[in-house]
Amino acid sequence: MSSPLFSRRVLLKAGAALAGTSALSAMPQIASASSPLTVGFIYVGPKDDFGYNQAHAEGAAAVKALEGVTVVEEENVAETVDVQKSMESMINFDGASLLFPTSFGYFDPHILEVAPKYADVRFQHAAGLWSADKHPMNVGSYFGYIGMGQYLNGITAGHASKTKKIGFVAAKPIPQVLLNINSFLLGARQVDPEITCQVIFTGEWSLAVKEAEATNALADAGCDVITCHVDGPKVVMETAAGRDCFICGYHANQSPLAPEKYLTGAEWNWAGVYTGMVETVMAGGTIDNFVRGGLADGFIKMSPLGPAVSDAARNQFEATKAEIIKGGFAAIKGPLNDNTGSVIAAAGEAFVETDIKLESMDYLVEGVIGSTS
Amino acid sequence: MDTDLGLWAIPIAIIGGAIRVSTPFLFVSLGEVLTERSGRINLGLEGTLVFGAMSGYAVAYLTGSPWAGVLAAALAGSVLGLVHGLICSLPRVNDIAIGIAMMLLGMGLAFFFGKPYIQPVAPDLPSINFGWWSDLPQVQAALRVNVLFLIGIAAAIFMWWMFRATRIGLLIRVVGDSTDAARAMGLRPALIRTLATAAGGAFAGIGGAYLSLFYPGSWNEGISSGQGLMAVALVIFARWNPIACFWAALLFGGAGALGPALQSAGFSEGYYLFYAAPYVLTLGVLIATSSPTRAMHGAPGELSITK
Repeated sequence: MSSPLFSRRVLLKAGAALAGTSALSAMPQIASASSPLTVGFIYVGPKDDFGYNQAHAEGAAAVKALEGVTVVEEENVAETVDVQKSMESMINFDGASLLFPTSFGYFDPHILEVAPKYADVRFQHAAGLWSADKHPMNVGSYFGYIGMGQYLNGITAGHASKTKKIGFVAAKPIPQVLLNINSFLLGARQVDPEITCQVIFTGEWSLAVKEAEATNALADAGCDVITCHVDGPKVVMETAAGRDCFICGYHANQSPLAPEKYLTGAEWNWAGVYTGMVETVMAGGTIDNFVRGGLADGFIKMSPLGPAVSDAARNQFEATKAEIIKGGFAAIKGPLNDNTGSVIAAAGEAFVETDIKLESMDYLVEGVIGSTS
Repeated sequence: MDTDLGLWAIPIAIIGGAIRVSTPFLFVSLGEVLTERSGRINLGLEGTLVFGAMSGYAVAYLTGSPWAGVLAAALAGSVLGLVHGLICSLPRVNDIAIGIAMMLLGMGLAFFFGKPYIQPVAPDLPSINFGWWSDLPQVQAALRVNVLFLIGIAAAIFMWWMFRATRIGLLIRVVGDSTDAARAMGLRPALIRTLATAAGGAFAGIGGAYLSLFYPGSWNEGISSGQGLMAVALVIFARWNPIACFWAALLFGGAGALGPALQSAGFSEGYYLFYAAPYVLTLGVLIATSSPTRAMHGAPGELSITK
């Protein structure tokens, strides 16, 4: 029975067909000659997914509001040769000279394939690791220190948890996800060092049923505060709230889904970042090839605290947030072991939020129940 | 209260997962049994499932009634089934190719019309708590059974009885086993097949409504992850028997819950392997039940894959 293979092939075809139709629908909006700048945004999923893509699309909406800028968008573009076609059609048909291909998997080999052909076009990639000696100069990488947001999530979770067990639904064990898991637990451990965090990997960025199953499994295991790192957190949030767990949001504000259960959330704040980059280009400047920012720079923000957050939690949350904004804050600091017993940081050693080593994280810290493979 | 169950959590999670995850499998495979017993294959049920999920969610949101959503999903599914059935009634049309086209059409339409309904929250279908006797929240959660699951069991039994003991069941079987015999009896195979495909589509639509209105209970474009296609395969696995479809659906649901359950119980290494469990299971059962000496038992004679 060849059903899984068949299913994937057919789904890819469906994705290609959709990408094709949306490319067609974007075509009539060819930029007029008077428009000085056309900016293209490419999303891996639907742009209203309550999550990763929506956060980027909200940034694109802010860019759209700028004077003299035309925005072209395309959603549901697979991390395959599809994205190369999308980028080339945005450049050749729409006249885009600044592109934001927003998904992690667009970088290698797709952006690296297309960028050398169009030296006048700037490719801005979220999360990719750009390095000057290996990659073209018209490619840039930007990302935010959202792990700090998960650390703050962890503080509210630590106060709210009665079972002293918190849960994390994760997509894939890549460095950004692992940093979020570790930060969530370490934040909670600032409240009570006995707290443990159970992680369940679903293996894909968007698998609704598996995410719901994983959330139920966490609730069954006794976790009473749950957060996640998947593309669209809606299913995890609704399922967890349905199991009477508290929830911490991710990517965007999911508070409307369960206001009573929502503690806070780590949100992207791309609006300011994108308008800043577009304004730089319009003023004739160049965007730095390697851009990073955190709470202080307005790259990320926290959802307003929910009604279930206690005063003690609120105070510690605000104090820690102020400290992070001050700069030089380290969530990963010694003495710290990973959950297999190897030393991550000796006493006195600390990895501050801006440390580039954190972007190649491959471990789960002590207290996280789970494994990276 | 100590709620740490240790290893007992795994069987409870598997039972709970089987009940939660199996319903869409069950409805789609029942619909496909009905269609295939009449001699046609509708591979488009994945698209029907997704379109049913979208239309059910949209109508439930607009009317405030989840049951209106289920009804709308069934109607939408039967329309897609009807289109498939009518096209396949034309001479020299390949039902598998049409099925793939219908699948892409159903998904495309669902994504197109579903855009405005990703953000709003629609009312959920009610569930019955069969776990009231237990103090354990895990058991209570596992035994929270949705009404559609029970309707699915009833439908499976009814369909089994229908094929066995009713005139309609006999007509469908005759048409499915031999077009020539059916014509000789004065039946109209194309009409019966078209109706069977439409009814099958309605089942798949209801399966979709379960996805969007109960579990996971929201509409988004990644809601199905291939369940419709797996359910079509389940029909072969279940040898075109509605009751066996129910067990197969439970098995697939439970196997799907194995990965998360094992991770939460602390078996965290190699989760990609656990996630492959349903497929390994299918392979194993197919090999165990296959025979080099006789044809596939229970297969309708007019099916284009077994002819």
